[in-house]
Amino acid sequence: MLKSKTFLKKTRAGGVMKIVREHYLRDDIGCGAPGCAACGGAHEGPALEPQPQDPASSLCPRPHYLLPDTNVLLHQIVSAWRPGTWASVASSLRLPGSLETYVEQEQGENANDRNDRAIRVAAKWYNEHLKNVSAENQLQVIFITNDRKNKEKAVEEGIPAFTCEEYVKSLTANPELIDRLACLSDEGNEIESGKVIFTEHLPLSKLQQGIKSGTYLQGTFRASRENYLEATVWIHGDSEENKEIIIQGLKHLNRAIHEDIVAVELFPKSQWVAPSSVVLHDEGLNEDDVEKEEEKEQMLKTAVSEKMLKPTGRVVGIIKRNWRPYCGMLSKSGIKESRRHLFTPADKRIPRIRIETRQASTLEGRRIIVAIDGWPRNSRYPNGHFVKNLGDVGEKETETEVLLLEHDVPHQPFSQAVLSFLPKMPWSITERDMKNREDLRHLCVCSVDPPGCTDIDDALHCRELENGNLEVGVHIADVSHFIRPGNALDQESARRGTTVYLCEKRIDMVPELLSSNLCSLRSNVDRLAFSCIWEMNHNAEILNTRFTKSVINSKASLTYAEAQMRIDSAAMNDDITTSLRGLNKLAKILKKRRIEKGALTLSSPEVRFHMDSETHDPIDLQTKELRETNSMVEEFMLLANISVAKKIHEEFSEHALLRKHPAPPPSNYEILVKAAKSKNLEIKTDTAKSLADSLDRAESPTFPYLNTLLRILATRCMMQAVYFCSGMDNDFHHYGLASPIYTHFTSPIRRYADIIVHRLLAVAIGADCTYPELTDKHKLADICKNLNFRHKMAQYAQRASVAFHTQLFFKSKGIVSEEAYILFVRKNAIVVLIPKYGLEGTVFFEEKDKPKPRLVYDDEIPSLKVEDTVFHIFDKVKVKIMLDSSNLQHQKIRMSLVEPQIPGISISTDNSNMDPKEPERKKMKLKK
Amino acid sequence: MAGLELLSDQGYRVDGRRAGELRKIQARMGVFAQADGSAYIEQGNTKALAVVYGPHEIRGSRARALPDRALVNCQYSSATFSTGERKRRPHGDRKSCEMGLQLRQTFEAAILTKLHPRSQIDIYVQVLQADGGTYAACVNAATLAVLDAGIPMRDFVCACSAGFVDGTALADLSHVEEAAGGPQLALALLPAAGQIALLEMDARLHEDHLERVLEAAAQAARDVHTLLDHVVRQHVREASILLGD
Repeated sequence: MLKSKTFLKKTRAGGVMKIVREHYLRDDIGCGAPGCAACGGAHEGPALEPQPQDPASSLCPRPHYLLPDTNVLLHQIVSAWRPGTWASVASSLRLPGSLETYVEQEQGENANDRNDRAIRVAAKWYNEHLKNVSAENQLQVIFITNDRKNKEKAVEEGIPAFTCEEYVKSLTANPELIDRLACLSDEGNEIESGKVIFTEHLPLSKLQQGIKSGTYLQGTFRASRENYLEATVWIHGDSEENKEIIIQGLKHLNRAIHEDIVAVELFPKSQWVAPSSVVLHDEGLNEDDVEKEEEKEQMLKTAVSEKMLKPTGRVVGIIKRNWRPYCGMLSKSGIKESRRHLFTPADKRIPRIRIETRQASTLEGRRIIVAIDGWPRNSRYPNGHFVKNLGDVGEKETETEVLLLEHDVPHQPFSQAVLSFLPKMPWSITERDMKNREDLRHLCVCSVDPPGCTDIDDALHCRELENGNLEVGVHIADVSHFIRPGNALDQESARRGTTVYLCEKRIDMVPELLSSNLCSLRSNVDRLAFSCIWEMNHNAEILNTRFTKSVINSKASLTYAEAQMRIDSAAMNDDITTSLRGLNKLAKILKKRRIEKGALTLSSPEVRFHMDSETHDPIDLQTKELRETNSMVEEFMLLANISVAKKIHEEFSEHALLRKHPAPPPSNYEILVKAAKSKNLEIKTDTAKSLADSLDRAESPTFPYLNTLLRILATRCMMQAVYFCSGMDNDFHHYGLASPIYTHFTSPIRRYADIIVHRLLAVAIGADCTYPELTDKHKLADICKNLNFRHKMAQYAQRASVAFHTQLFFKSKGIVSEEAYILFVRKNAIVVLIPKYGLEGTVFFEEKDKPKPRLVYDDEIPSLKVEDTVFHIFDKVKVKIMLDSSNLQHQKIRMSLVEPQIPGISISTDNSNMDPKEPERKKMKLKK
Repeated sequence: MAGLELLSDQGYRVDGRRAGELRKIQARMGVFAQADGSAYIEQGNTKALAVVYGPHEIRGSRARALPDRALVNCQYSSATFSTGERKRRPHGDRKSCEMGLQLRQTFEAAILTKLHPRSQIDIYVQVLQADGGTYAACVNAATLAVLDAGIPMRDFVCACSAGFVDGTALADLSHVEEAAGGPQLALALLPAAGQIALLEMDARLHEDHLERVLEAAAQAARDVHTLLDHVVRQHVREASILLGD
């Protein structure tokens, strides 16, 4: 049947346009219930369960399907996580297009009412339809709506209808489900004190007006991790001034939550404040102590010099909430039998959330997920509801899950749809694979990787040519051969963006079959590769570069140590070893040249855990060791990346995926320069070259670790390197590597950017065909944005994992005293680095129950005077490390000062040095 | 591209059709008595009228006469009220000239012009309502009109458009789908022989997908043929009853 729709539309120019559209109503959409004879096989896609296995409900004892209305579906989608509860969601949404259930908008009826009526008609149709299908089963469709009128009308029409709450309460088997309902009813708030804490948010229309006229500014709200009463708003748009606006104080924050898009009003200059360097955590148990808050707010406003003042403002309205389910723990209410509890999120930027639950005692000490429902004006905390229980706190699995969730790392197993695009096993290279491919199996290729590496994505070779020149090849796993653009496998890898390496776990970007088998360039098997082959003279000058898809057969997979041994031992003279020696020789020349150009050698304290093979508990910490072979492999990877970047940019000047590292603004270096000055050293920061040189010169004979410390500080001054699309930017420079152009080509197994680069390069050399998305710079820019986000998150997750394992390590080790260096000086604390463990921590000088010491902070040097002792950057101190489990949620490494001794603050050294159990433990380890 | 979803996850298009489905086609032959042949066609909301005069002597300059075949003269016009916005469309503007030229090429390939040397065949097409696929509607209407005039043709010429959205080829694009700006292909087919009388393509489409889109358009054109064939037979049947055979 054909329906025609005619409507008038105002055009942009102001005219009126009449639009006539036809709409075909279908008679071939099935009901989705399997075994329905009336619909036959007409239904495709997700089907209803043949026998709804719903938990017994006291309201409707017969088996039934549920049909939620749109609002219920939108708001309760989190509770719909339980599979099988909302069975007919998919089919209810498509029904309005079907012939029997089409509903025309009546005169005077608005679109929402029409939709409600359409859903009711669908429910009615379903009930009648299913009656015909299975008389003996007596299947029923139950309509769920929270709209009272809608429900009344449905009951009038003879459709069994309930509100969401009624239905969930009637489920006898699942009492805990009620906690998961989003509480939208306003009744819950009346018990709160009637006092209005916050000013009202302005409506969207007013905000938009204000933003247009410039009275308000739109930006992303970023709460401070260290101070719950302070946040910055990153203003959208290109204007140079007022990029960041500081918001201080509970009232001015006005219920904005981290990551929300908000509108802010800028204060006049007289009210501007400086960002406070106080560390402040919301620890008050009493909820409504607003006065106390004000007191704390006063603390933030300390006298500061004029130039430190930053633009300040207040939040006037929320443009878009960016809430997500949050991980955290329940702080059980002190009152017995109380159903209201506060939930403390693991992310310190998120405020605590008030939830209502009957299972507080079971949830205590567990990691749970909670979703925010709303934040009324008279409440100190937002309201939310319980979603999921992750497990016991401190358990390794739970904690890993938490840190993956908190960093938004997609870690679910690959779906069937994704796996279906994997090649069938047993896999072998066919005639078709060999098209456009060079056979390089005769070359003596080998790979060098860290021990235990299963995803080998690069291999190398080097041989002497007849004309005396050297041929060097870098062979990279040809992942783009297996992951074809646009399919589910490709989309999933694009979403994940990168493989995430945690301490004891790897979250793969591509399924294991590819990452550890077909794409891994293991020794003595034929593997597909993408090769970058140079002809060089003995002075490491490139005479000729070519790229080709190839087949290789690696002759050996070595570890860095093994490769180093082969190079060093004079007895070995086989092909692999000569090849390695050639590579090593060239790499040294390349590195020297690169450093001359101004590439930076930075340092960051990296640690590796030795894991117990059975319990997977960390036994020992070790800082990463660097060998010559590490830098050999690195050097050739850099060279390959640069060569590829040049090639793809040449071919696709508008849509090459490149990587840049912007030069940091000079202000970033301030702290480094000041710190060096305090040690009478000069650091020049005008160019990368001068920075590298001055870092090389900055040595102190009495303080050998100083250079490393300076390099660590310099690393902190740097900007993030990012992926970008060449057509969207014109600054390509990579500051850290001192290369005018750079990309990522060498790790396609663990980075999606490399897959795109492989595809671009394959098109450039004519080995593969292009596809529309590849040459769409906006799509490419979107991909880059996602990749940059995922890389950042992966890095944070990695750090969090290291931190967690460090805690486990110190838990087993007990209390230790170690030497440390001061990295930063804060207003009420110092940040120290312990070189032995690569561990960084904060030593606080103010403690809750103790009298406050006299603190004098000087921002210029910077230094902190505690009583009579002055702390500078790079000062050597001795600290005691222990695990602080007083806060279960954030078990943290706690450090306290041992040396220099300050009466009343530092702790005495005796008995803290070694846990008496320690030697025993060590012996036990040896026995194992 | 705008936020409009041209193809839903369930595989339905904006107007409820599936990817390969045509819009509803209704056609009539012999709508005007004055002309030698005439036809009216509706393809969804696209409506077109075609009128054929000829073959007759060359009008105007004799020099245009072709010694070995008939001259096919095509003129395209669209009504002021054919689109949402009322707009005067003068004759001889660039778009209608192009369309006329395309129609001429199409019908020169289909009509057995060699049978009428030194004469002229006029085909006038007017679009009354445009909702996507105007070229296809014009060709289909003109085919019926030429048949109605009794001018010998090699075969029907059936035309249909096709587009490409999210990896799927869509047949018979409506105006909404055309306006979305994806690649669009217009195909005129001689269905019996499977010969292509005209093929036009707007926007870029990767070579790999061309075959699929082409096949979708060809299949749609064959479907159109079935329908037109039915219309012609029906018309002949009615006419012969009237004649009293």
